[in-house]
Amino acid sequence: MQFFGGSSLTSVAPEASPAPAAPPGTGTGANAQVLYVFNRNGVCLLYREWHRPLRTLDPTQDHKLMFGLLFSLRSFTAKIDPITAEKGNLGVPLLPGQGCSFYSFKTNTYKLNFMESPSGIKLILITHPRTGDQRDSLKHIYNLYVEYVVKNPLYTSGTPIK
Amino acid sequence: MALAAIYSLFIINKSGGLIYYKDYGSAGRMDTNDSLRLASLWHSMHAISQQLSPIPGCTGIDLLQAHNFDLHCFQSLTGTKIFVVCETGAQNMETLLKVIYELYTDFVLKNPFYEIEMPIRCELFDLNLTQVIQKDRVALLGR
Repeated sequence: MQFFGGSSLTSVAPEASPAPAAPPGTGTGANAQVLYVFNRNGVCLLYREWHRPLRTLDPTQDHKLMFGLLFSLRSFTAKIDPITAEKGNLGVPLLPGQGCSFYSFKTNTYKLNFMESPSGIKLILITHPRTGDQRDSLKHIYNLYVEYVVKNPLYTSGTPIK
Repeated sequence: MALAAIYSLFIINKSGGLIYYKDYGSAGRMDTNDSLRLASLWHSMHAISQQLSPIPGCTGIDLLQAHNFDLHCFQSLTGTKIFVVCETGAQNMETLLKVIYELYTDFVLKNPFYEIEMPIRCELFDLNLTQVIQKDRVALLGR
């Protein structure tokens, strides 16, 4: 039943696909500042900002730097992981889900929450530093992506979400 | 090693070079080259995280939470970074980092034979560090 509900919603309003993308910001409360969605090739599929007073780089440079940071942090956490005995070499590209991954980091001005799906979709949500665990809301955003973007017949994968 | 609260400790100088590394029982092999590379990688990621901040005044990553461990980092005003890899959800790590920094200033910087920004080889520092980490482990066991 739930499956039918989801598919009928998309078929009723295929033009209104930006509308389901808006709730992530409102759903996570006033705390969400920036949201990035990358695919496994590093293409930025979606970028939203709600509160961003500081912009040091132009958008494409900013997206590249963010993807690069996540890529390096992934290999860093996979290598430094103190629990797993068998670790690969540092700098070798990892498959999605391979090695120990991180789910958030915190600085004095922001907190970055990260989730990677098995297909290599990366969701990044930047919030206020004192927000709690956002893993569930990232999962929720991923579900919205699956329901309203992947199941949309007019969407070609690997292109920015419109 | 009943309760290994801390897995490893790194101290990085202001240009990203590893000057102190100690392992407290993490699994797998990590040779000298790996630890040097990890240290310089952390140094650059710390710098990139400052550039990506949506709000001015960012000083870099304090805490990295992964599925198997937490990493707490402390940066001194002179740019020296100290970071520990510990169990997930370990408490009081900021205090521990400050204590380690205090030991660094007392036993490394005040050592007349120590050359600044060079690898730390000070017996007294090693001795006091071991004591602090042991004490921390005991304190964690008591809770």
